[in-house]
Amino acid sequence: MSGKPKLHYFNGRGRMEPIRWLLAAAGVEFDECFIEKKEDLTKLQNDGSLLFQQVPMVEIDGMKLVQTRAIMNYIAAKYNLCGKDLKERALIDMYVEGLFDLNELLMTYEILPADKKVQHFANMMDKAENRYFPVFEKVLKDHAKDFLVGNQLSRADVQLLEVILMADEYKPDMFSKFPFLQSFKARISAMPNIKKFLQPGSQRKPPSDDEVVDKVMKIFY
Amino acid sequence: MSAKPKLYYFDGRGKMESIRWLLAAAGVEFEEEFLETRDQYEKLLQSGSLLFQQVPMVEIDGMRMVQTRAILSYIAAKYNLYGKDLKERALIDMYVGGTDDLMGFILMFPFLSAEDKEKQRAFIVQKATSRYFPVYEKVLKDHGQDFLVGNNFSWADVHLLEAILMVEEKKSDVLSGFPQLQAFKARISSIPAIKKFLESGSQRKPVPDDKYVETVRRVLRMYYDVKVN
Repeated sequence: MSGKPKLHYFNGRGRMEPIRWLLAAAGVEFDECFIEKKEDLTKLQNDGSLLFQQVPMVEIDGMKLVQTRAIMNYIAAKYNLCGKDLKERALIDMYVEGLFDLNELLMTYEILPADKKVQHFANMMDKAENRYFPVFEKVLKDHAKDFLVGNQLSRADVQLLEVILMADEYKPDMFSKFPFLQSFKARISAMPNIKKFLQPGSQRKPPSDDEVVDKVMKIFY
Repeated sequence: MSAKPKLYYFDGRGKMESIRWLLAAAGVEFEEEFLETRDQYEKLLQSGSLLFQQVPMVEIDGMRMVQTRAILSYIAAKYNLYGKDLKERALIDMYVGGTDDLMGFILMFPFLSAEDKEKQRAFIVQKATSRYFPVYEKVLKDHGQDFLVGNNFSWADVHLLEAILMVEEKKSDVLSGFPQLQAFKARISSIPAIKKFLESGSQRKPVPDDKYVETVRRVLRMYYDVKVN
């Protein structure tokens, strides 16, 4: 296995995108092996690479890691993105779990059939605007530092930026009532590793179009 | 705030049960405040104690922690149930992720219609015996040790035992093809802190019943139909 982590997933955001963001923020180069058709997934399952028969899977440091949280915990800890002590980690974990919940809503929207999309969209935007973003707006306001926790970049900042940008794609005017999130977005986006990841040609994935959704359905369902 | 952790949830398993298990396994005494009325829940919301307006919430070490995984990670790390290094932690996280997914199928079970319950029961058993149990059976067989990770009792062992017992409640002989898991179950159950938690009178909660479902629906105003995956 090469020195670089190797990501196994389809060529789209899904559950792998937060992992791509985290690696990019940590300045870690990675390779990707895209699952294009069902046979690609079956092959991985049959050769014992996927502990629970599922992707994401990341080959890293001699391990074949599965389970999004396990992968992200490992990367965050290895590259010092989870705070300086247990209490900072607790805060970061709380924020990150809330962001996972919101990300789940945003992510599943893409693969819903058209007749379910409308209701889901309303629920998703409601949660974003009334449950999640107000929390982070307040944290930034009260904490009054550049980052969500302590005084350094953590995985919580990276994940929050990711989710802000995703929500932005759906409803940009949402952020007019969140001035602290707006300046947070500008500030974190300007950090060199993040800035690079936001440029065209990076490994960041675009929103899934019909073609990608179609492919995903064929591979997994 | 008292010195003991204080758990805010319904008087039933739900998402809080794994937290009860882990605290018990760590030998940590805890208090509980049960949500019975909508009023109580609204007071809690207004007090700003629930970061994302949700329970579980645990008052611990001066914090009001929410989000089940965050709470569990904190307890595991604090009480040395999270492995000795990053690699052991990765293994524990993977194993816990699997049992979490499995128990997730059971979480919604009480809220399903009678017809959907039968389908879901079959689904749970199928996933347990074809996707999850074989993994842990193999892990134990390959290293031949008493515990899942690093020859030491960890969060992964507690979580797996909890999952095994929950699936057995859906099908009592579900472990029949898994000799390693049978021995594991006996072994972990006999650890003093676990044994105590398994005895009647402990804070372990029983299988959710209609009263529990009705309480949750009433407190959360969750009156919509819950559908299977």
